Amino acid sequence: MTLTQILLLIPLLPLAGAIVSGLGRNVVGRNGAHWITIFAVAASCGLSFKILGWHMQGLIGVENLSVYTWMVSDGIKFEIGFLVDHLTSLMMCVVTFVSLMVHIYTIGYMQDDPGYQRFFSYINLFTFAMLMLVMSNNFLQLFFGWEAVGLVSYLLIGFWFKKESAIFANLKAFLVNRVGDFGFLLGIAAVVMAFGSLDYATVFAAAPGKAGDTISIIGGMDWNLMTVICVCLFIGAMGKSAQAPLHVWLPDSMEGPTPISALIHAATMVTAGIFMVARMSPLFELSDAALSFVMLIGAFTALAMGMIGIVQNDIKRVVAYSTLSQLGYMTVALGVSAYSAAIFHLMTHAFFKALLFLGAGSVIIALHHQQDMRYMGGLRRYMPVTWITAWLGTLALIGFPFFSGFYSKDAIIEAVHLSERWGSGVVYWAVVLGVFITALYSFRLLYLAFHGNERFEVVNSDEEHLPDGQVAHAPVESPFVVTMPLVLLAIPSVVIGWYTIEPVLFGGWLDDSIYVLERNDVLAELGHHFHGATAMALHAVQTIPFWMMVAGFAVATLVYQFRPALADMAARRAPGIYRLLEHKYYFDELYQRSFADGSLKLGQGLWNKADAGLIDGWLVNGSAKAVNWLAGRVRRWQTGFLYDYAFAMIVGLIAILGTWVVLR
Amino acid sequence: MLNSSLLSLLIWIPIIGGVLVLMAGDQRPVLARRIALLVSVLALGFSVPLYLDFDSSSAAMQFVELRPWIESFDINYHLGVDGFAVPLILLTTFFGVLVVIAGWEVIQKKVHQYMAAFLIMEGLMVGVFCALDALLFYVFFEAMLIPMFLVIGMWGGPRRVYATIKFFLYTFLGSVFMLVGLIYLYIQAGTWDIQSWHQLPLSLAVQKWLFLGFLAAFAVKIPMWPVHTWLPDAHVEAPTGGSVILAAIMLKIGGYGFIRFSLPIAPDASSALDWLLIALSLIAIVYIGFVALAQQDMKKLIAYSSISHMGFVTLGLFIAFAIFRDTGGTSGAALGVEGAMVQMISHGFISGALFLCVGVLYDRVHSRMIKDYGGVANTMPWFAFFAVLFLMANAGLPGTSGFVGEFMVILASFKASFWFAFCAGLTLILGAAYSLWLVKRVIFGEVANRNVETLSDINAREAFVLGVLAIAVVGVGLWPQPLVELMHASVDQLLSHIIQSKVQGA
Repeated sequence: MTLTQILLLIPLLPLAGAIVSGLGRNVVGRNGAHWITIFAVAASCGLSFKILGWHMQGLIGVENLSVYTWMVSDGIKFEIGFLVDHLTSLMMCVVTFVSLMVHIYTIGYMQDDPGYQRFFSYINLFTFAMLMLVMSNNFLQLFFGWEAVGLVSYLLIGFWFKKESAIFANLKAFLVNRVGDFGFLLGIAAVVMAFGSLDYATVFAAAPGKAGDTISIIGGMDWNLMTVICVCLFIGAMGKSAQAPLHVWLPDSMEGPTPISALIHAATMVTAGIFMVARMSPLFELSDAALSFVMLIGAFTALAMGMIGIVQNDIKRVVAYSTLSQLGYMTVALGVSAYSAAIFHLMTHAFFKALLFLGAGSVIIALHHQQDMRYMGGLRRYMPVTWITAWLGTLALIGFPFFSGFYSKDAIIEAVHLSERWGSGVVYWAVVLGVFITALYSFRLLYLAFHGNERFEVVNSDEEHLPDGQVAHAPVESPFVVTMPLVLLAIPSVVIGWYTIEPVLFGGWLDDSIYVLERNDVLAELGHHFHGATAMALHAVQTIPFWMMVAGFAVATLVYQFRPALADMAARRAPGIYRLLEHKYYFDELYQRSFADGSLKLGQGLWNKADAGLIDGWLVNGSAKAVNWLAGRVRRWQTGFLYDYAFAMIVGLIAILGTWVVLR
Repeated sequence: MLNSSLLSLLIWIPIIGGVLVLMAGDQRPVLARRIALLVSVLALGFSVPLYLDFDSSSAAMQFVELRPWIESFDINYHLGVDGFAVPLILLTTFFGVLVVIAGWEVIQKKVHQYMAAFLIMEGLMVGVFCALDALLFYVFFEAMLIPMFLVIGMWGGPRRVYATIKFFLYTFLGSVFMLVGLIYLYIQAGTWDIQSWHQLPLSLAVQKWLFLGFLAAFAVKIPMWPVHTWLPDAHVEAPTGGSVILAAIMLKIGGYGFIRFSLPIAPDASSALDWLLIALSLIAIVYIGFVALAQQDMKKLIAYSSISHMGFVTLGLFIAFAIFRDTGGTSGAALGVEGAMVQMISHGFISGALFLCVGVLYDRVHSRMIKDYGGVANTMPWFAFFAVLFLMANAGLPGTSGFVGEFMVILASFKASFWFAFCAGLTLILGAAYSLWLVKRVIFGEVANRNVETLSDINAREAFVLGVLAIAVVGVGLWPQPLVELMHASVDQLLSHIIQSKVQGA
């Protein structure tokens, strides 16, 4: 098999699996659906690791392969093709591995659901779309994958389509993403205008030559072309990677089944924006203004969204806000030109956040779909595997030394520290404070769910819907298909950072894909101080972020292990802040009133007033009425009396004669 | 032999077939249906050599037929096709078959007349796309109103009389202005040959009057804001098949008219007045997008969405002049014109499919109102699959044909101005908003009422029609190259023609 054929198989196997298990769902049945889709994604995972292996052995380099010509118009070639470099192969492995884990987990999580086959079909389709996105060698296919993952996300958030909240959430998610895509498409249009091509290689090669170009948008004011392109592209990333103020869809996306929260809304799709900016590093490097913008947006998201996580009671929503916050960290890394650090955090985060989501899902199954942490507690006695893996995931998330999240997050914080980008001073403190917040909400979740007293009552009944705080049967550890992915994800969550920090960040593994100007290269500077992963972890106790983490842990332990009353007291003492956090800074209310209701009112106004009122009522029917009125008048002249006609004839004759006389 | 009269066959097979169906009479509906199907399949079959033998590397008119018709007025029976006409003819014969199948058991009253009207209409519409003699064009252009008038008037909804009169007067009024322009051009040029008119030098003032005359006809047809208000009424009252043909083919005749008449005959006026057309197009895209959001009737919603999507056609055509002025070259202009053409074909598939989807629901529940539905996916999963696919295509999802044309036009308009692209790009949000809100209210949710609870999923006939359209929508979305390839040469020729002023020779 040629390389192109192998690369084609990687996305097409899941696509085929999706089609067979989706359209033929009654033919293949439940078991058929999960075997087919799991085989497809396992094969594509195996092939992805094979590609990664070839890269590591140096058997293949940067492979830029065209598959077919989508269209040629106006001399521009629109192609479908693959660009496989180290960044791509890393992403392919992360995507397919997490996807495989989620596929297996789904067997347990969705076992009683009537839409079993449909679910497997969707997650296979998602894997296809995400692979098309990361493997693309051009903007067209990137946009295809970008929107296709959005489509599957839409279908999956609304998977339980009878639930009003779910179909509200998926509409909201799609529309907010479309706002981002609107910017993204303008960015692509600007690229085509400037470079006349959609091919990455062509555009990146020509980019430095256009660095000084300007474009006028408002009046005579000239804007730097690269800044316009990069900001537009980044607006797309803000939608997909849920950066403020386009973050509002992600918490609501938790209405979808938990496996997809892990796969789509934590590990893969939401990181597409991060991946895209890293891929576009040759463009972003040319605009300091755009990078500052990226960094500030990321910092705001990292800190502000983490704080909301502290007051949430729904276990999935806590993890969702944590995801927003961690995506903010990645965005900050992009903003300081530490693209490799962003990708590195993307990878470690994919493992530990998928783990945390799947762990939350395991808890939810055990408590018969109870998601409110106020009715949990003490679960460690019932589900030890879930409990221990949740601890491991949490330690990775808060950045405990030697765990994967430690390496990636510390690298980002240090990179910000070294950066001279405009605004990086403030951003540094935001990301450091973020560590405290992260530790606080993470341990709060652990304590509320697994430790302390049980806040639920086992009633041993067969009732379907019990009131909050009652469960029908004592919770039990989830089945093997659920715990196995937890264990398999816990392993990389712990060790992957230690193993890979050196090659990924400092060994130039991503140098074939990411371009950094020398003056911006904070990671190279950081590399001078790097003396191995172990030394870095040992050195951590002397750094501020470590003590921030310890402080977060201490506060969480004090409040949620020993003095629960403190939490209520804090809420009472600062009601303003509490309400602000509880209402998520009122973004939802604002958007609902201004954009959603406003658009509808505008539409109704235009329709009733302008369309039906002015154009139809006045002009169209009005002229019909005018003709009718005139005809009515004229008709009255036709009286039927001879003397009237004789009179008219005389008047007419006089008029004609008069005209003749005058004109002669 | 075949190719020398292929276009005549494509015109007259459906028309004569329609007469035959009519002769089957009211008492033999089965026979009428069978003849209609046979005839429409035959016409589709004859359009295969049209596609295969068309030389896309040439911009010249092909399959030309030229016979004198009314010699005393120099009127000829003159037919021919280029890269603009061929895709539209293929679209017409394709839908010719689909509407016959779609109306198979739905239409129980006067079956022979219904089928005949559609067949005759098909032949006349093919005639519009083939005619190279202006008067012949005008005859086809007006004649096709009659069967549509009858279709809405006889098989339409409760307010069908208002809708038919409005439809007829609106379009007729517009085309009268065009007729004046045509007569003027005949007097000037001494011929009705459209291609000769393309070469005719004209002063700017004359061009402007002619341009406005053509605009009156084609702006109503396509339709552009603010002469669009006949369309929602016509759609709402028309039977499903009527809506499908109206949206899928008839609107395209407006776009085709701009390409065949306005641009090449009056290029200087087109250039001088392009701001007007661009402004109206952008208003259509944005304003109508908001109006579509407020609709409570599914057919009206799709009708408004059609107007918004046709805004991309006029935008793509007229953006060329802004690009000439701003950049001094044609680079980007071809993308706009080809985008406009792709948008027309794609909109044909998508809007046709959406009206068929509404028809499927209407046949079962006899309501077009959104509030009468909810949770249709529970009882009609296959229908839900198709409806979501087509509505996603309507929202311009990449991988469907709806994306291709809009993408090309937005890329092209960025060349002319950031703000053109900005306004056009808003469709990404608005199109998704009205399409997917419709999905939420009709397809998703709990079963809303008894009617929805007793719905039966689509039958084999409906699945076939929607399935064929789904293949077309996804096919063009995944590989538009065969479609755009057809028109490259014609587009290049059009652009090199309209970039040159015709004023000098006048």
